[in-house]
Amino acid sequence: MSAVTSTERLQRLLALVPYVVSRKVVGLAETAADFGVSERELVDDLNLLWCVELRAPDPYCPIDLSYEGGEIVVSQAESMGRPLRLAVDEASALLVALRMLAELPGLEDRSAMSRLIAKLEAAAGEAASASAQVAVQVDLQGDGTASLAARINAAIAAGRRVHLRYYVPGRDEATERDVDPMRMLVVEGRPYLEGWCLRAEGMRVFRLDRVLALTVLDQAAAPPPEATPVDVDQGLFRPSPDDVHVELELSAEGRWVAEYYPCESVTDLPDGRLRVVLRTPDTGWVRRLALRLGEDGRVIAPPELVAEIRDAATAALANYVVLSAAARRPPAQTACFGAAV
Amino acid sequence: MSKRKTERLLGLVVCLLSTSRYLTADQIRQAVPGYPEQDELFKRMFERDKEDLRDLGVPLETGLNHPFDDDPGYRIRQQAYELPELRLEADEAAVLGLAARVWQRAELAGAAAGALLKLRAAGMDAADEQRVPQVIEPRLGTPEPAFGPLWEAVRDRRPVTFSYRAAGRSEPQRRELEPWGVVNRHGRWYVAGWDRGRDDTRVFRLGRIAGAVKFCGPPGSVTVPDGADVRELVRDWDSAPAREHTAVLRVRSGTGVGLRQHAVSVRADETGPPGWDLVTTRFADVGSFADYAASFGPDAVILDPPDLREAVIARLKGVLA
Repeated sequence: MSAVTSTERLQRLLALVPYVVSRKVVGLAETAADFGVSERELVDDLNLLWCVELRAPDPYCPIDLSYEGGEIVVSQAESMGRPLRLAVDEASALLVALRMLAELPGLEDRSAMSRLIAKLEAAAGEAASASAQVAVQVDLQGDGTASLAARINAAIAAGRRVHLRYYVPGRDEATERDVDPMRMLVVEGRPYLEGWCLRAEGMRVFRLDRVLALTVLDQAAAPPPEATPVDVDQGLFRPSPDDVHVELELSAEGRWVAEYYPCESVTDLPDGRLRVVLRTPDTGWVRRLALRLGEDGRVIAPPELVAEIRDAATAALANYVVLSAAARRPPAQTACFGAAV
Repeated sequence: MSKRKTERLLGLVVCLLSTSRYLTADQIRQAVPGYPEQDELFKRMFERDKEDLRDLGVPLETGLNHPFDDDPGYRIRQQAYELPELRLEADEAAVLGLAARVWQRAELAGAAAGALLKLRAAGMDAADEQRVPQVIEPRLGTPEPAFGPLWEAVRDRRPVTFSYRAAGRSEPQRRELEPWGVVNRHGRWYVAGWDRGRDDTRVFRLGRIAGAVKFCGPPGSVTVPDGADVRELVRDWDSAPAREHTAVLRVRSGTGVGLRQHAVSVRADETGPPGWDLVTTRFADVGSFADYAASFGPDAVILDPPDLREAVIARLKGVLA
């Protein structure tokens, strides 16, 4: 409780009176749960409310309440019977989130959504206007992802297994797998399917924009009891102790890497350069990243990966000497490929 | 947390809510227990309390009961204070619960939780908030430290300054911005507005703001022009250019799934060496497509156009440099 400031507690106290008033009688345990406090803290709050005293012009106690037998009753609430109206931040937090939800595919209850937005806008009044200055766009690249999401939602609703052809860019590989879909996640504006992967025998999260094909199977989904969804609030990707530590040095042009990939540490170097450390179970994507970065990014560790990247670059360059020289065709023929489009 | 302060603030709210007349600071000091005797101390404490209440969104009014009164008085109008009547159906409460979870652990999480508390206080059943079968869970993060101050600046219409490291620049630059709005696109936060130094609209990525964001003007001093659409500004800034060029590549059989996925045509290369396919694809600009093609290493070889081929070779040489 020490982390709670005086004004935070005041907010709770101002909400507590109308909470009880609107319910007439309510249990201590239920109230404590709704306010996210212990019963002891709640009783402290009730005592504090009961003790409020105004001294002038005549002394009186504006709030009268009791909590005998674990049941709270407010018999006198003075002018505190209604909650304080929504602050700008509060109205915005809800409205921005709701407008984002409204953009998501597959959410069935659109009517409840629009009724709720209208009610909140009306209740918040002026406080709602700032929320128009915040917008969240969900990343649905083209209609493909939206219709895919709709089919996944239908499969989840019907409890059916799906077959995925899924692209793993780190290995440049299209994988085939059966998945018992469990839910859709939208994290950082990007939609994912979460489900039990029968090939990996574990819970997996699939980015919708990497699903090459999806078939809903006739089989019923049957995830095992140990299939429990990840706690999204802890982040989708968590490092494991078996991960490889990779160290990279980036030029100013390569700094975007630190924005795109979760790094364990980022250290500024002179001239806008960066040193980053990442942990990954699969170094394939780091090799591909290093090839793309050229002189704007250099892998420093581990040494095996450094060697692997040099070998790949050497082999690739050799291709240009052998293949493109030997197979250099007349320009007219190359243009032909373009024209055939 | 100070219990005495909480008690004093609570007393102040109840006192000002129950009066229809404006009460002077002195009258308030008489009525609300907990204020110190000494004038100077009282004045300072009362000023802080007023600020705390305003920060909470309590509509504290200042005014005179008579035009010839000397000291201003204070009151809270019941109607301005109270959340208007708001009855939520069970299905609406369920959607609300989902919306409040969106911000979990992010900058506006506290605000979302505060709003839920008020709606429960207005009679909403908390059990209804959990009623949506959790087949969809959206989350928004605000890992960029600049989000908090920029949201405040947008909300309160205040100009800001910050140092910004544009893509590829080694040194950050000082910018002065009249922020019009914040936008999350593809999972990243942006702020759009009027750049005073450039005398033009500009979009900034929050993750590239280095150090603190500072206010450089009073609340209300920024005017968002009518018709300014921050979403559109960010979309224009960030949108992918048209893929109007054509590339021809050799791609090793069984590899280059990503390259083939968006190809215009893929055919066996009968005239070339065995084990390779000829892939024709469209691309937008040489730089970023060369990055992409180079990432396939020895599995892809650009045949045409020549500037693209040279760009890939330069990257590969860069790796070995």
